[in-house]
Amino acid sequence: MSTKEPVVLGIESSCDETGVGIVRGTQLLANAVSSSMDEHVRFGGVIPEIAARAHLEAFVPTLQQALDTAELTLDDIDAIAVTSGPGLAGALMVGVSAAKALALATGKPLYGINHLVAHVGVGVLEGTVLPPTFGALLVSGGHTEILKVTSLTNDVHLLGSTIDDAAGEAYDKVARLLGLGYPGGPAIDKAAKDGDRKAFRFPRGLSLPKFVGSAENPGKHRNNFSFSGLKTAVARCVEHFEAAGEPIPVADIAASFQEAVVDVITAKAVRAMKENNLTTVLLGGGVAANTRLRELLAARCASAGIALVVPPFSLCTDNGGMVAGLGAQLVADGVEPSGLDFATDSSQPVTQIVLSR
Amino acid sequence: MPNYLSIDTSAHASVALIDADTGAVIATRTSPKGNDQTETLAGYVRDLMAGHDQQGPELAGIIVGVGPGPFTGLRVGLVAARTFGFVWQVPVHGVMSLHALAERVLELDEVPDEFIVASDARRKEVYWARYNRQGALTDGPHVAAAATLPALPVYGVGAGIYEDALREAGAAPQPESFEWIAESAYLAKHGLKELAAGKDLSNTAPQYLRESDAQVPAFMKQAEAKEATA
Repeated sequence: MSTKEPVVLGIESSCDETGVGIVRGTQLLANAVSSSMDEHVRFGGVIPEIAARAHLEAFVPTLQQALDTAELTLDDIDAIAVTSGPGLAGALMVGVSAAKALALATGKPLYGINHLVAHVGVGVLEGTVLPPTFGALLVSGGHTEILKVTSLTNDVHLLGSTIDDAAGEAYDKVARLLGLGYPGGPAIDKAAKDGDRKAFRFPRGLSLPKFVGSAENPGKHRNNFSFSGLKTAVARCVEHFEAAGEPIPVADIAASFQEAVVDVITAKAVRAMKENNLTTVLLGGGVAANTRLRELLAARCASAGIALVVPPFSLCTDNGGMVAGLGAQLVADGVEPSGLDFATDSSQPVTQIVLSR
Repeated sequence: MPNYLSIDTSAHASVALIDADTGAVIATRTSPKGNDQTETLAGYVRDLMAGHDQQGPELAGIIVGVGPGPFTGLRVGLVAARTFGFVWQVPVHGVMSLHALAERVLELDEVPDEFIVASDARRKEVYWARYNRQGALTDGPHVAAAATLPALPVYGVGAGIYEDALREAGAAPQPESFEWIAESAYLAKHGLKELAAGKDLSNTAPQYLRESDAQVPAFMKQAEAKEATA
């Protein structure tokens, strides 16, 4: 195989998206995604069993679609990569079992890789040039993390993460409280456009001095997030209006909630970049589509002299292209494949970029 | 002569290579554990095929157990079988997994006129089906509490787990079968009979028998009600 520009097929099934992507080096050739999101709407959140059932039905058709789009056959593929974790265990197992069968049947090497690092790996696709060391901010329905990336293939460090709900989860929960439907991110973003983001002062989690400390003497949660208190504060606010028999100011609450989330995320991310001497930050995850998050992060990065990289939205949400992209980096770096005997790891740490044999 | 690859993960990961003409079991392997399908299945297939110089595209087909069985493990086998079929361009035949237990009953010296096979469905229930002496399915598959089964001889691991409840209900759990789980070699035996009879087994949809546990939360119902009245 051409090790500089390997053709890698990537498989993603950690949540409600079945993704199969194909890259040649850093060039994206196909990125087929089948989502079960519509089936989760009436539950107001992702139901793992429904997601896993959908993965089984979607896998082979999505694989076929990716090959058709790339105009390749399986013979043209040099290696296969699959998300082994973190994610929903039952969902991950469908993708991993499919990937193992595909690798065995084609005789291609298989890499079990980290979903979060794959989100960062999309940064190298489509001609984007990243410095040797950079930071990443991942915000999605399942994740809220700040990472330091020294090498995509062997050195990724977790600077901070949520200690309870993911940011996207908080959006879903608050959207339910406000009767805005699922998924909550786009619904709240839309409602907030007509609202006053200073109407209510909702808490910024883990921002007290005892959690934050100082640069020299950092507190335990300096770079960590918490959104469960914020969700409760919004619930109290809604109850207050209901008890008073007054109409709920949905737009103002949505805007103020969104401001609280986006303020704390961007403030902590930019501070973490500065304190770790990182001059570039990559934004990833489904919440990267949020207009206020992009706006405030761009402004704060500009003030701090930090370059902001935001991949196209189709590469920010879960997809197989990002898995293929990271897989190609691993192949090009000569990293050993994972074999066929590995297990999924629903809480795979970012330090484990690829599973070893 | 071409062979069939048989896969069942409705209980444990189980694979077999079967002679398509004679139905003889060339080789088979079943995991001793019920929770390692993702880790073991591909390796078992690799070892079995390599050990017998079997090339995937030369298989006569793949026979796969479609359950019922615990969902997560069941899907591991189904997605693997479908993927093998896709890559190797060989047909994939779906066979109801409880048939594997029934085939084992048919090998006994004395086969009852009517009998039940039962596997572990967890949550204090069994997956079960009813057969006649010839091994024809007469009822099922179902999922239910063991105490609700017909008063007949019951075979399979489900009979062992719920021995007392079955006896109290008037059924006759058969101790020699208390360790029996669905195995791919027996599954293939049944599959070959059905294929020989000209049956179409192209449906590989899983037999879940239960809906996902998900309940529509109260606040979503309220929201739906609001929308409906709006």
